[in-house]
Amino acid sequence: MMPDLGKYATEVLSAYVVSLALIVVLVLISWRQSQVVRARLREVERRRDPDG
Amino acid sequence: MSSMWEYANPKRFMQLSGTVLPWVSGLAALCLIVGLYWGFFLTPDDFRQGSTVKIIYLHVPSALMAINAWIMMLVTSLVWLIRRHHVSALAARAAAPVGATFTVIALATGAIWGQPMWGTWWVWDPRLTSFLILFLFYLGYIALWEAVEDPDTAADLTSVLCLVGSVFALMSRYAVLFWNQGLHQGATLSLDKEENISDVFYFPLLVSIAGFVLLFVALVLLRTRTEIRARRLRALIARERMA
Amino acid sequence: MIGLLRRDLALAIRAGGGFGLGLAFFLIVVTLVPFGVGPDTAILGRIAPGILWLGALLACLLSLDRILALDWEDGSLDLLATAPIPLEGVVVMKAAAHWLTTGLPLVLAAPALGVLMNLPGPGYGWLTLSLALGTPALSVIGAFGAALTVGLKRGGLLLSLLVLPLYVPTLIFGAEVARRGAEGLVIGAALPLLAGISLACIALMPFAAAAAIRVNLR
Repeated sequence: MMPDLGKYATEVLSAYVVSLALIVVLVLISWRQSQVVRARLREVERRRDPDG
Repeated sequence: MSSMWEYANPKRFMQLSGTVLPWVSGLAALCLIVGLYWGFFLTPDDFRQGSTVKIIYLHVPSALMAINAWIMMLVTSLVWLIRRHHVSALAARAAAPVGATFTVIALATGAIWGQPMWGTWWVWDPRLTSFLILFLFYLGYIALWEAVEDPDTAADLTSVLCLVGSVFALMSRYAVLFWNQGLHQGATLSLDKEENISDVFYFPLLVSIAGFVLLFVALVLLRTRTEIRARRLRALIARERMA
Repeated sequence: MIGLLRRDLALAIRAGGGFGLGLAFFLIVVTLVPFGVGPDTAILGRIAPGILWLGALLACLLSLDRILALDWEDGSLDLLATAPIPLEGVVVMKAAAHWLTTGLPLVLAAPALGVLMNLPGPGYGWLTLSLALGTPALSVIGAFGAALTVGLKRGGLLLSLLVLPLYVPTLIFGAEVARRGAEGLVIGAALPLLAGISLACIALMPFAAAAAIRVNLR
């Protein structure tokens, strides 16, 4: 399964780990912000217009 | 009437982006998984660089998108300055952290790649240096957005900064090229392998690039939607206070 | 416009306008460098052009927020914006005043500090020339940064973050001229490029700065 990375295994793996971690963090932060703002907006809109 | 126009456009954007976003996100994930899996598990080692070529599937796409993100910010800033299109300014704001992250990825993978190839983590190679400067520009741009309270003023100021910054980033690029040639005689280390890359590496690289492009689009859409909602939220709260 | 320049100069020199501050900062930076690097004169001589350029650049940065902040606080910037002089001209005069009170003293002091740094003989002329050509660009770019951050309460740190990346090309060419001069090499394209950057900045940056001021005054 795991390819033989030879003597550069640390470098290749760390590059992938660092990059994927950064991407995952960015996606999670963006997602979290989106959820928070959406929930707050929904709440304020409900307060403004209780029937809708 | 003008408020209608202002309201209509974000609304249409929200509708469109809402339907597009799941597809783009799914496609981005698919391309990234396929491209990186293909690159990591199924490609052979390069005869010269060994397994470190596998870093190319992260390094090149992220570097590409780091620059393209800035170009996109430049275009949206221009659209904002000329057309006063709020979505445009917010999209530029939304893109900045994404571009900055891609710049960090490009720098980090470049340093990790440089370690075994050049024997040192960091070389003041023109390309690496330009990316470091690009990262500084991203930081300044994001900081200015955070610092200015009034959203329209912030949009204007950051747009002007983006325009001026683009010119200076380009100048820095050439200055750095000049500077490094001035320091080192002869061939400088170059990452330019796109031209003579063989098909085995080329196709997974293409898929991976597509993945990064789609990831960028998805993240910018998501973050722009957040910015639009935040803007509306601020407006509603302000109106509540007035009432 | 000359009146404006004279007024700014008078303000800067009088009443703790920070006239000597940049100069003192420059001196301190240059004094501290050997403590960090070690007293080896050969090493100091090699890095002297770069250190002197960096010191001058940082000293310039220190006083940037003064270009517009005082006029912003007492409202005279609003008056200037509605005055018959174009705002671009106001920016040019402000930058000129900043250069005369900060840049020019730095240029004049640089050779003296070059002695402290053991700058090689042929370097003095080139260092002074490159600073004389480069510091106007630093002032004008700084005026743009000051225009962006003028409305902010704690704009100082942000100003540095915005302006320093913009200083990169000027620093590269300026330090390159000084370094090549000090090492007795052919100066080559660096000098015209430095002059070109300076001229382009003086010609174009006032427009960007004036646009930013208009946004902030709105």
